[in-house]
Amino acid sequence: MTPIPPHPPETAQTLNLTINGRQVSAQAGETILEAARANDIFIPTLCFLEGLSAQGSCRLCMVEIAGSAKLHPACVTRIQEGMEVTTETERLRDYRRNIIELLFSERNHVCAVCVASGHCELQDLASELGVDHISFPCRYPTLAVDASHRRFVLDHNRCILCTRCVRVCAEIEGAHTWDVKNRGIRSLIMADFDAPWGDSETCTGCGKCVHVCPTGALFEKGLAVAEMRKQRPALPTLVANRATEQR
Amino acid sequence: MEQRIVIEPITRIEGHARISLLLDCNGAVHDAHFQVTQVRGFEQFIVGRPFFEMPALTARTCGICPVSHALASAKACDQLLAVAIPPTAKNLRRILNFGQIIQSHALSFFYLAAPDLLLGMDHPPETRNFFNIAKIEPQFARDGIRLRQFGQQVIERLAGRRIHPTWVVPGGVNAPLQQTARDAILSEIPEIKALAANHLVRLKQSLEQYEEYIRIFARFPSLFLGLTDKAGRLEYYDGGVRIIDAQGAAVADGLAAGDYQTYIGEAVEPWTFLKFPYYKPLGYPGGMYRVGPLARLNIAAACGTELADRELTAFRSLDAGPVSSSFHYHYARLIEMLHAVEMIELLLTDPTILDPHVRAEAGLNNREGVGMTEAPRGVLIHHYKVDEDGLIEWANLIIATGHNNLAMNKGILQAAQHYLTGGRLHEGLLNRIEAVIRAFDPCLACSTHAVGAMPLVVELVAPDGEIVAQICR
Ligand code: SF4
Repeated sequence: MTPIPPHPPETAQTLNLTINGRQVSAQAGETILEAARANDIFIPTLCFLEGLSAQGSCRLCMVEIAGSAKLHPACVTRIQEGMEVTTETERLRDYRRNIIELLFSERNHVCAVCVASGHCELQDLASELGVDHISFPCRYPTLAVDASHRRFVLDHNRCILCTRCVRVCAEIEGAHTWDVKNRGIRSLIMADFDAPWGDSETCTGCGKCVHVCPTGALFEKGLAVAEMRKQRPALPTLVANRATEQR
Repeated sequence: MEQRIVIEPITRIEGHARISLLLDCNGAVHDAHFQVTQVRGFEQFIVGRPFFEMPALTARTCGICPVSHALASAKACDQLLAVAIPPTAKNLRRILNFGQIIQSHALSFFYLAAPDLLLGMDHPPETRNFFNIAKIEPQFARDGIRLRQFGQQVIERLAGRRIHPTWVVPGGVNAPLQQTARDAILSEIPEIKALAANHLVRLKQSLEQYEEYIRIFARFPSLFLGLTDKAGRLEYYDGGVRIIDAQGAAVADGLAAGDYQTYIGEAVEPWTFLKFPYYKPLGYPGGMYRVGPLARLNIAAACGTELADRELTAFRSLDAGPVSSSFHYHYARLIEMLHAVEMIELLLTDPTILDPHVRAEAGLNNREGVGMTEAPRGVLIHHYKVDEDGLIEWANLIIATGHNNLAMNKGILQAAQHYLTGGRLHEGLLNRIEAVIRAFDPCLACSTHAVGAMPLVVELVAPDGEIVAQICR
C-alpha cells in the first residue's frame, strides 16, 4: 500500500497548477485528485475513498500531465508548481471504459438480481461512462458466496478487489480481518487466515467494510434485490476526531 | 414406413417448441410429440445463491409472468423464515397476482388467440396477427390493449414497475401501498369491469361458430387440479390442492402444498426438456391432469364474486360434468379476468390495505420451503432446500405448462388424427394444431415471442432421420 499521508503537512505552501485549463491552487503535498475535488472537478475513482490510504490500483483516476507521455493516477500523484493536468480526453474515457468492462468481464455481475443494484458505484460509473456492452469475453468464474456471518454476506462474484474493506478494517477499525489471498486474476478477499467470515476471531461485526464496499460484494443479510443502500461512514471526520482525542 | 412430421417453431406461443407427428405405415398419425427444445437451467444456477435473492431472481424466468414466480418463490422463502406474513402483505400480494392474471390473460386472448378466432384458422399466416386485428377491428384491439394495460398498471402501482418488480420479498413486500395508487386503481375499476364483461358476452355469442374446434381441440376426459379455499371457492394465492376426475367427483381435497411430492410425480421423456407431471396414485401417464383457467373453473364450487359467479353458472351448463374441451380455456380466461377485477376492487376497498406493516423480519429458521400459487396458466410450485447459511442447495420448480404437458400432447395427437389426411402436410393442419397448443397458452419461459412473424417449418422425417418432405412459410 502506498504510504502517502491522507492530509498534507501543516507547514505546506500553496502551489499553482492548471486542471483542464483552469487555474487552481492547492497545498503542497496534496494529490491531483484532492486538488481537483476541492475545485469541483470530477475524476472517477473506485478504489479510492477519502479517509483511507490511497493505493492507486483501480486506475480509473488516470490523468494526463503536460510533458509526460504516460498517464498518472490522480489519487497518488502529488501536485507540482506549474503542472498542467487534463482529466477528460477521448483517450482517458476509452481507458476508463475498458477498465469498467474488464471489471464486469472478470466476475459475475448480474445487476438485475443484485442486492446493490441502483446503489452501486460500479454500476453508476458504467452508466456515467456509457458502458452499454462488454467487448471482452466474460470469464464467468465459479465463485462461492460466504454467508457464514450472522449479519453480513460476502459475494466474491461482485467483488472488484478495490480493497476498501481491507483498508477500512485495518486502518480505521483496527481489526484487520480482511486481506487478499492468491495473486493476479485468482486474487480473493479472505477473512483472517482464510476462515469463513462467521468464524473470524478478529471481526468485531462493526459493518464498516460492508458500507465502504462500492458494489454488492459485501451486504447485509436479509436484504433482497436492490435493497442494499450503503451509508458511507464519514471516515475523515472519524480519523480527525481520533487524532484530537489522542493529543 | 414410419414417418415423422415436424412442425417448428410454433408461432404465437411464449417460447420455442416444435412438434413431431409420428406416422405409421398407412400415413396415419399414431403419436405426437410436443418438444420443448430449450433448457433454462434455473434450478441449477440458483444453487449457491442466498435465498433472499430468490423472488427477484426466479422472476427472471419469464417476462410475461415474472410476478407469479416472485410470489411462489416468496411463499417458499416465507417458510424458510418460518413467519406468518402480515395480513396486509398477503392481500397486497393477492392484488399483485390478480394484476398479473389480467395482463397475462389479456395477452393470451386478445393478442395471441384472437387472430385465429376472429380472422379464421385458414386466414393467410402473414396477416393472421394482432396488427391485422388492430386494422380490421380497431376497437377490439384497443380493448385488449387497455385490459392488459390495466393489469400492468396494477402491478406498476403496487410494485413500482411493470416487469420484474423487486417489491415482493421474503416476509412480505418491501413498501406499503400508497393511497394515491389505491385510488388510481379503484377509479378505473368500473371501466375495466365493463370491458371484461362485454368481451365475455361477445365470446359467448360467437361460440356457435367455433363448434368444430370445441369438439376437437383437446377434448377428452382428464383429471383437473387447482387450488381452492376451505369452502371450495377459487383461490389463487393460498389454499389447498383439489383434484377432480372427469365426472367432477373429488379425487382429493385440501392437499397441502408442502406435500406435493406425495401426489405429483414428474416423468421424463428423452425427446423433450419439459417434464411430465402426473397424479401419482394413478401412475404415468394415466394420472394426466389439466391445470389453469379451465381446471380452476371446473374445480371451484364458486368464484366468490357476484359477476363471476353468474358467469360460472352459465359456463357449467356447457357440459354435463366438468367442461372437457380445451377450447374453453379461452372462455374460462375471460371469466377469470372479470373475477380478478372484482377481487381487486374488493381487496382495495378494505381500509386495512393501506396498513404500513407489510414485512415480517426474521432470519433463517427452516431449511426447506415450498411455495404454491395459481399463476395465470395454472399451479406454480417453487421448492427450495438451503444450507445452514441460507444458500440454496437444491431447487425444484414446476410450472403450469409442465402440468399441462401430457394433456397438450394428447390434444395435439387428437387434432392431428382428425385433420391429417393421407399423410399430406397442409396449412390448415398446422394452423389447427398450433391453435390447440395456444388454447393452453403454454409459456415456455422464453422472453422472446413472435407475433405471427416467425417462420414455420414442417418436416416429414423418416425413422432413419432422413427428411422426406418439408414445407415452410
Ligand atoms: S455489484 Fe454493482 S455492478 Fe456488480 S452486479 Fe451488483 S449492481 Fe451490478
